Amino acid sequence: MASELDNIELRPARRRFMQGAAALATTLIAPGVLLYKTGHAQGENEANAGNKDRPAIPRWGLLIDTNALSEADVDACVSACQREHGWSSDAGSPTDAQWIRKVHLTDKQSGQQTVLPMMCQHCADPPCVDVCPTGASFKRADGIVLVNKHTCIGCRYCMMACPYKARSFIHEVLQDQLAVAPRGKGTVESCTLCVHRIDRDGANAVPACAEAVNRGERKAILFGDLNDPDSEISQRLQSHRTTRLRADLGVDPGVSYQGL
Amino acid sequence: MLLAILAAVGIGAAHHMDVEGHHISGMNNQVVWGLPHVFAIFLIVAASGALNLASIASVFGKIEYKPLARFSAVLSIALLVGGLAVLLLDLGRPDRLIVAMTHYNFKSIFAWNIILYSGFIVIALAYLWLMMERRFERWSKPAGMFAFAWRLILTTGTGSIFGFLVAREAYDSALLAPMFIVMSFSFGLAVFILLLLASFKLDQRELDGIHLQRLRKLLGLFSIGILYFVMLFHLTKLYGTQNHGFERFILLDGGVYTQLFWLFQIALGTLLPLFLLYAPRWQNSPKSLVLACLLIIQGGFAQLYVIIVGGQAFPLNIFPGYHVESSFFDGVIGTYTPSLWELLLGCAGLAGALLIALLVLRVLPILPQSLPGAKD
Repeated sequence: MASELDNIELRPARRRFMQGAAALATTLIAPGVLLYKTGHAQGENEANAGNKDRPAIPRWGLLIDTNALSEADVDACVSACQREHGWSSDAGSPTDAQWIRKVHLTDKQSGQQTVLPMMCQHCADPPCVDVCPTGASFKRADGIVLVNKHTCIGCRYCMMACPYKARSFIHEVLQDQLAVAPRGKGTVESCTLCVHRIDRDGANAVPACAEAVNRGERKAILFGDLNDPDSEISQRLQSHRTTRLRADLGVDPGVSYQGL
Repeated sequence: MLLAILAAVGIGAAHHMDVEGHHISGMNNQVVWGLPHVFAIFLIVAASGALNLASIASVFGKIEYKPLARFSAVLSIALLVGGLAVLLLDLGRPDRLIVAMTHYNFKSIFAWNIILYSGFIVIALAYLWLMMERRFERWSKPAGMFAFAWRLILTTGTGSIFGFLVAREAYDSALLAPMFIVMSFSFGLAVFILLLLASFKLDQRELDGIHLQRLRKLLGLFSIGILYFVMLFHLTKLYGTQNHGFERFILLDGGVYTQLFWLFQIALGTLLPLFLLYAPRWQNSPKSLVLACLLIIQGGFAQLYVIIVGGQAFPLNIFPGYHVESSFFDGVIGTYTPSLWELLLGCAGLAGALLIALLVLRVLPILPQSLPGAKD
């Protein structure tokens, strides 16, 4: 009986408290929800587009078969990219740009060795795009992650945020640039997935690194549309066990590795 | 005069770096942020903290601090301008400032910070004006509260530049935001006390002991606060096995970073100042307070160097479970030796900030006449 009376007396105070708490919770949570919705709106649109029979927009990606790549092959990838985009790197210089690099892996437990090419992973949720203050770091509708050379201010925050060390800052004055790959001192750059070839040839495009190592039917680096379930890359991703680097981060890379 | 020369030399150094490219700095594609960022972030963090005295007077109603509030606001603006100048001049394309001011990616913490920093300068100027204009003095309290809230958010933003970097073991912690706030309280107060004592010394006046005693205790408290957050940060990292490599690097075998951490940040930058501030023998000695402030400031630089440079030097873990080698320095500790150009640029920011503070102090009635030991 006494406790019931207590409750009645406390009700207005409790109601006020609940109202206050609800208002506070709303104030605190609303900005987060807004941010989440803004961040995911684009992703959802793309996902919905993929659910239809024919995907409206492609998402370009790579499947790299490390079993089919020798060390010489990976060197060939790197040289082909350098020729295609006009960059070079002196051995041992920590300031040189590297759009693609050869990585040697040794399993710490088994000692098994792997060699693979490493480049921008063209994430669906790229951290470099999230952190770029001016929006110079951007993702195209077809999933290619690029740097707008005209609005990059050279703050290097994208390089801090990239989980794959895919980006380089141009530390030196450049000469003899190629028309397909404009570069500029004081800005950041990375693999473009040979976007100039893709814009020219569409689904039939072959990035320079893939061209250097693919022979006939043996495609050690397979380029294709991840949104098209009938594409060769989607088929092979379905039938083979593949690995996406740092999948735990949830950034959904567009590059997958087979045999890792 | 010396400050003006230092600032000019630093701007010249930045121009040289802009023309030649960043290869003349010690920074590279492994350690992308270096000494200029240590200076810039120190100044920005200290700027937020320099407002402590004004906040204590306006927000917490301790009127005995009111005469110092104006100087506190002036110093705060000056330090922020100095820090931002260093950050701007270190950009790969400082000429594109207008791009940074007109293109905003609202998901970027950097973009938030651009708004937070410029907003802070406007708010602090308005606050200063309200404090100086007698007709509007009653508005200085709400303005002070607003400035206080804004600077807490501002330093949260600065800490979050690192805290939100999920891919790097050295960062990826929400603890960095409150840690930066306490760092701002401590470094800002240390700079404030030094300049206050210097300006009174220049005018051959005595500052009353009660003020100094309180500031001394407050400074010690903030130092303990930093120590708490540093311990908590490393203990959290140490608990997870996957971070043992990074913790080993900073705490045990990271060479210069380990030395900076234990010797300059912890021993000389925290423990010794605490002893100087609290030991009964030194309680009444202004010299011990000056020494403690200097030690806290060098400790702050050491701490930021370990966080910013040390955090990047530790390699990214792209392939967990593998030993990694590549031509792009995967899997190895990044190298970084600061160049003279970077040092000049950083010092120029510091000199520029002090120059602004001193000039304003000369031109405007910042330190009032009524306070014992105030400027005339």
